Amino acid sequence: MIEFDHVVMNFGKKDVLKDVSFSIIKGEIFTFIGPSGSGKTTLLRLIDMLERPTSGKILIDGTNVTKLRDRAKIQVRRKMSMVFQKPSPLRGSVYANIAIGLQFRNVNADEISRRVSESLELVGLEGYEERKAITLSGGEMQRVAIARAITTKPDVLLLDEPTANLDPVATEKIEGMIGDLKKRFGITIILSTHDMVQGQRLADRIAVVIDGRIGQIGTSKQIFYQPMNRAVAHMVGVADILDGVVTENEAGLAAIDVNGVRIAAGSGVSPGTPVTIYMRPEDITFYEKDSIRSSARNKFTGRIIEVVPMGPMVRLKVDAGVKLTAVITQRSFEELGLALGKETELTFKASAIHVVERTDTD
Amino acid sequence: MNEIVEGIRQAIQLIVSLNPEVLDITARSLYISLSATLVASLIAIPIGGFIHFKQFGGKRGLITIIQALYALPTVLVGLLVWLLLSRSGPFGFLQLLFTPTGMIIGQTVLIVPLMIGMTLIALSGVSQTKQDTVISLGATQLQTVITIVKEARFAILGGVILGFGRAISEVGAAMIIGGNIKGYTRVLTTAIALETSIGDLPLAIALGIILLLIALIVTALLFLVQER
Repeated sequence: MIEFDHVVMNFGKKDVLKDVSFSIIKGEIFTFIGPSGSGKTTLLRLIDMLERPTSGKILIDGTNVTKLRDRAKIQVRRKMSMVFQKPSPLRGSVYANIAIGLQFRNVNADEISRRVSESLELVGLEGYEERKAITLSGGEMQRVAIARAITTKPDVLLLDEPTANLDPVATEKIEGMIGDLKKRFGITIILSTHDMVQGQRLADRIAVVIDGRIGQIGTSKQIFYQPMNRAVAHMVGVADILDGVVTENEAGLAAIDVNGVRIAAGSGVSPGTPVTIYMRPEDITFYEKDSIRSSARNKFTGRIIEVVPMGPMVRLKVDAGVKLTAVITQRSFEELGLALGKETELTFKASAIHVVERTDTD
Repeated sequence: MNEIVEGIRQAIQLIVSLNPEVLDITARSLYISLSATLVASLIAIPIGGFIHFKQFGGKRGLITIIQALYALPTVLVGLLVWLLLSRSGPFGFLQLLFTPTGMIIGQTVLIVPLMIGMTLIALSGVSQTKQDTVISLGATQLQTVITIVKEARFAILGGVILGFGRAISEVGAAMIIGGNIKGYTRVLTTAIALETSIGDLPLAIALGIILLLIALIVTALLFLVQER
């Protein structure tokens, strides 16, 4: 229902979007994930027609909206709502804030009053009508902003980093609400976030936005476990990215030579092919020598060369002929008696490795 | 020294006893300056809105000129309007020279630039995000302008009050255009100038106290408005 066709966007000399094409399906939760400044917000603003692309087409329900006149634009925009990263409360009561979209559409007062209460209920702020909007907390204000956006019953809801400035409790509430909206009303929800995990929790499909381009579009599983290139892999937290060459392949089980180390991986790529392999740091496990009989095909001995505590987890860098990054719980770290400089046994499954043929451009 | 103390004593007596001449001058001053403020608001707020919301060449230059006109000397405005309204001037046929209406015109000209400037500042105080939010909620251009002006209303009102403050306290334009005719175009400032020069200190002081009170009230209002 929303389609970008070779969209380019420049602000002055800065290329914010470079040839972006994708389409969003009616009724899905579609998420743009990317670092700050990658162009996520611009994508949402283009959909809402707050910006005009430098070149390319944007189709909404089949209409190219980049060429529309103001009046027609407003008609299309009125089927959408956008919630901005920074909620901007207007002066006056919560009621006045939520009612404004309906007032713009000349809805009668009784209907407005009914729909405002309905929206407040949806965001869990029943009875907040008379409060002054500017006195609300950040989380409450963001919920009011969502109520304000949904009270017009949009077909498409655009959310720009809806939880970026909120604490975990408020974030959970908002995320729950987003899921509800899709389930109850079948609204198409398009959101941007820099939080991978939030993308995974909410989205039907994810588009990874890196430096003004879409790096990959797919389900969270595809993005997290089968990144298409280095940039996407980095973005989604795949820490182990190694270049090698396939030396054997037996019925989908490939042996890959990485810097003299033989790594087994599930892949159909034929021998002699240069490849890049990707592995998530959580997929590496450590064990005491001779303690387990693992079905994993990849077993190595290595020396721990870096230890970085990350709350309940620990990130380790191990030199096992190739340098590998692993994340384990603080508890296993202690139980295994691991420490900087120590030798350790580690293993990972052939199926945990994602193999991509290497091309010159990658 | 005695003369001053005596002057202040008599001045207070004039105010407390509601002296008809004092009341008459005060009422006329308020009428003329409030009218000028109203007319100037009707001109300055829409122009300020237009400049803020429209993109056009020379916008920056225009704003700079407007800002320069904040300090427009009152006697210069007096002279300019006098030339326009005088018998041989282009608007002489209206016969507005030495009338309260003429004074309203003069004060309006004087405070319009200030009020346009204040409107611009007030509107740019409304964040771009807020404006985008309003547009994204489905507002037409007109609805957007109205909503943003409403958002900035207290800041705009601050500019209006400032304009009134300048109008009621100016003497140059009122003197030149009004002519300080007793019972017709005599206002607080022109009366003070005259009474002081002819030595009627109690009346001058009484009017001065009233002018000071008005200024204080205006400042207090401005403070209250900006606290909102």
